[in-house]
Parts: sequence; C-alpha cells; structure tokens
Amino acid sequence: MPRGEASMVPEVEFESYYGRPILKEPTWKTPDVPLYLFLGGLAGASSLLAEGAALTGRPDLERVARLAAAGGAAAGTVALVHDLGRPERFLNMLRVLKPTSPLSVGSFILAPFSGLAGAAAASDLTGRLPRLGRLAGAGAAALGPPLATYTAALLANTAVPAWHEAHRELPFVFGGSGAQAAGGLAMMLVPLDQAAPARRMALAGAAVEIAAAESILLRRGLAAEPYRIGMPGRLMTMARNCTAVASAATALAGRRSRLVSVLAGATYVTASLATRFGIFEAGRASARDPKYVVVPQRERVRARQGASAKMTG
Amino acid sequence: MSSPLGMSLLSDLFSEGRLWGRLDDVQHDAGYGTSEEHPPRMGFFTDTSVCIGCKACEVACKEWNEVPDDGYLLTGMSYDNTQELGASTWRHVAFVEQPFETVAARPPQEPPVDVAPAVDLGMPSLGVPAGEDQATSSGESGVRWLMSSDVCKHCTHAACLDVCPTGALFRTEFGTVVVQPDVCNGCGYCVPACPYGVIDVRKGDGRAFKCTLCYDRLKEGQQPACAQACPTESIQFGELDELRERADRRLAELHDKGVDVARLYGRDPEDGVGGDGAFFLLLDEPEVYGLPPDPVVTTRDLGTIWKHVGAGAATLVGLGVVSFLGRRR
Repeated sequence: MPRGEASMVPEVEFESYYGRPILKEPTWKTPDVPLYLFLGGLAGASSLLAEGAALTGRPDLERVARLAAAGGAAAGTVALVHDLGRPERFLNMLRVLKPTSPLSVGSFILAPFSGLAGAAAASDLTGRLPRLGRLAGAGAAALGPPLATYTAALLANTAVPAWHEAHRELPFVFGGSGAQAAGGLAMMLVPLDQAAPARRMALAGAAVEIAAAESILLRRGLAAEPYRIGMPGRLMTMARNCTAVASAATALAGRRSRLVSVLAGATYVTASLATRFGIFEAGRASARDPKYVVVPQRERVRARQGASAKMTG
Repeated sequence: MSSPLGMSLLSDLFSEGRLWGRLDDVQHDAGYGTSEEHPPRMGFFTDTSVCIGCKACEVACKEWNEVPDDGYLLTGMSYDNTQELGASTWRHVAFVEQPFETVAARPPQEPPVDVAPAVDLGMPSLGVPAGEDQATSSGESGVRWLMSSDVCKHCTHAACLDVCPTGALFRTEFGTVVVQPDVCNGCGYCVPACPYGVIDVRKGDGRAFKCTLCYDRLKEGQQPACAQACPTESIQFGELDELRERADRRLAELHDKGVDVARLYGRDPEDGVGGDGAFFLLLDEPEVYGLPPDPVVTTRDLGTIWKHVGAGAATLVGLGVVSFLGRRR
C-alpha cells in the first residue's frame, strides 16, 4: 500500500463529546509560522556556511551565505511579528527571559542573530569595517545552530499530540532540514568551484533529516498517523521524494554540472519547505481530532489500572 | 565536582515539583513567600451530579466580566449551543444525552453500544428505574442527562503560564492563573499548550483570554460570579484544601448510595498536572464530557526537549564542520 493513502492503524473506538475536539487547534497562522520555521533553519545553517567560507577563502559562497543568513532572519522576523495578534506589541517578547518558554528563549536567539547576521552581510557587501563584520559573522554562526533547532522545542512543548510525541526527533529533523535548505540555496547561487561545502552540507543535512523524519513516520500506532494521512501525509511524502532525488542528483553530477547543481539545490529548498509545512499541518490535524487525545490517554489509564490491579490482586 | 551555578539553577528549574508532579504550595513556588505570607489557594469544586443545566453560571460570568458574545449559532447537536470554552466563553455547560439502553448495555470501561435513539410514542414508559446516578435524568423520555459546567482548571502546573513568552500569564496570590490583557501580544503559544483546550485567542481582538476565577472579586473577598449565581451549589468556591475534603465526602456519600459511576476529576495532586485548582465530580468517563482522560502537562518533558534541541544544534555544528573537510572543489 503506498504511503499516505490510508491509515496504518485500524479504526479505534473511543468516546467523545459529540465528536468535538478536546484541544484547541493552534491559532498560529499559515504560511507565517511554518515559513518562519523554514527561514530560521535556512538562516541558522547559512551562518555556519558563511563562516566556513570566510575561513577557507571562498568569497562567492561567503557572500551568498551571509545574505541568506541575514535575509532569512529578517524575513522570518517579519513573519513572526505578522503572526502576532497584537503586532505592535512584539517588543513584549523581550520583556522577560523564561527558559520554560521556547518562544521566549527563541526571541533572545533571533533578535541578536538578526542584528549580527545583518551587520556581517552589510560589511561583506560594502567592504566597510571588515574586522567588525567578521566578528559579527562569528557571533551569528554561534547563534545559528540554536536558531535552527529551538523551533523544534517551540512545537514540541505543547499538548498537540503529533508535535509533543515527536519531541526527541524534531530537533534533528529541523537541524538537518535547515542544513539542506542552506546547502541547497548556495548550490543554486554559487559557482561550482566554490560550492563543494554547500553540496556536502546539503547531502549530510538530508541524511540527518531523512533518518530523523523516518523514525517519526515509522512509529507504531496512532503517534505517526497524522504524519501519514491527508495533506500533511502528502507533504511529508513530497519532502522525502524531493530529498532523495536531490541527493542522488547532487552525488552523481552536482560537482560537474551547474544546471544539475541549480536544479538539485532548488529541490532541496523545496523539500525543506515541504517538511516544515507537513509537520505544522500534522500537528494541527492531531489537535482537531479527539481520537489522538483520548485513545492514548485512555490506554495509559488502562495500563495503570492493570498494573495496580496486579499489585493488589 | 559540583556543576556551575547556572547549570544547577537550570536543572532545578526542570525538576519534579517545579514543572510537573506534586507541589503543595504553588504560591510559594511563584514567589509569594511562605504559607503564612500569602492567602490560601482558592478554587472550584464543580459537583456535576447536582447540575441542572440552567446556564446561570455562563450568564453571570459573561455579565460580570463583560465578555463579548461569540456568535449565536444553533449547533443542532444538543441543548449545548455554547459548544466549548474559549476566549469569550469562560464557563461552558456541557449537555450529554444518553439513551437508557446505551447506558444500561454498556459494561464499565467498554466502548458504547450503538442504539437507536429512543422515540417518544406518547406511551407511558417505565424505563430503567431511576436511581441516584440518574439524578439528572428525565425518567419519561428514556434519556439520561449529564450536565457539567466546565471552566479553566487553574492547574498546579499550568502549561499556558509556563510557555507564555511575555509574562502576560501569571500566578496570583490565590494560586489561580490569570492573563494580563495589557501585556499579552497575542502570540498564541498558550493555546496549543493547554492540555484541556481552554484558553484561546479572541478573533478581532488578537489577545488570549480565559477564566480569571474572578480575580477582581477575590481581591474584594467575594466569590466568583458563577459560583454566586449557581442555584444548586453545583459550583462550589472555597479554599482548595477544604474543597478537596468536601469532594471526598460527597464521593463517599454517592458511593454509599450505589452510584458507583461517580468519580472525581482533577482532584489528585499527584496527577499529570499536579492537580487542578478547579476540579469536578463526574458521573461518566471524562471524555464523555469533552475532558481529556489523563492530561499531562507538556513541561514534564521540557528538560528532555531542551537536551534534544542541544544535541540537534551540536549535530548541525558537526554538519557545518564536515562540509568544509575533504576536497576543495
């Protein structure tokens, strides 16, 4: 049976209040939030690529990666502020720092990252203050990996079943997917003779992303179902197929053909976008259907009652 | 060797009692000092066995708190046109209609048996003898009525509060959880964090709202509007410790009368959210009323989540390093 066609789990019976949802569906807007997840990953991983390019003397790669880091962070910030119910109060995000709130921690990563990546890109473009520019770039590279992965905690630290149950895998999916996007974008825009690190980053990121995403999809029972059926299922399948095709093309001919490099790079970027939208929509679907809340919780209660009956009985 | 101060502070923050598990003095945890220095924790005990579905609580809440309307829709599913708790519904009376056959035919813990709804032929009917557990049933229509006034649970470990990035959600000196509308920027993080689906963002306004347990009235020594308006004392307001004892007595009383289906929901301070500040006596499984059967606060796993985020970030650093090894072209 092709994946994404039907549920792998037999229909379960459960009680509910007129079939109504128990959880509130996330009010986060689309495309704002899934787009932000993608842009944060792209920007974070690009900052690493930029720093490596600067250290190894690849100016074209450095230029593209610095612009991707700065542009991704700026566009991501716009998406995030646009998503707020009261955008004029966006600075309230920096009112307190709460380790219990991934959105708070993330704001304190995104704000300095945006400034540093922007400064590094501006310095690279204008040639002014090169030392300060490099210093800013190094700072952005230090904040880049947490920027790309904290968004996994943002989704996982909720009651949404599909997101919360994947809390061990999501950071690796997001890290790998960010590397894939950054590598892919650089493959599109950088001449072949400087793009080798971009190709390697995309390939290695794709391997990490596929391994982590598959371990979510291969879970038994209801936990994986939201990722396998409906629109999120189609997005996840599309992401996996795009990643596989792009990786094969990159490995075979990415080094020799500019055209292949451009096409494979674009396919990597598409795969990363599809992954973020797929994961986002899977969470929404799992919050809408009371099945994903009631059935596992009811099983937990039964298991506990069984265990205590054994102990007393 | 002891870990650095920052690390030990963090590991303390993510430990049991702080973000999940039993926590006896929630106000102390929130910085209100010892139990002598702050008022007792206040809450609701909603005894659904005496709820008559009059919705006086819904009306009183709307009136007192000046909560706007959220549409006048007829659901067609039941007497419940309110449908659910939300940004503009802070008390919600659930109406469950169960045909007697369904109730009688269902062994405990088993899925419901599909039975055609009872048709009123205008004939005198006997039905199943109405015992104490059908205190809310109307004997003639062959239907058992379950009614329950739902409300924010004011959890001991409140996910909405912990994930709020602005500090708009806070713990009051009464141990309740309240949103400050002048701080909330409508990020919406509290909405998917709540394991009960209570808090929501108000459309057109953009900010999140929920029950305040009438914080303004509590400060004046009054009881919340819904409890004051409840004609059957289904909604009882008071000190949480005292309410828990009262609920235990009520449960024992019902069990003595043979109402074995009665159970308390949210009363246990050892449960997945450390116990609810607003808890319930129910006459069926929680999910029948639209409540999650075994909610667990998401922050129980927050330490694990951050560890994996750290490992994911380290992996990405590794990917970056590996990308620059090997052939130049």
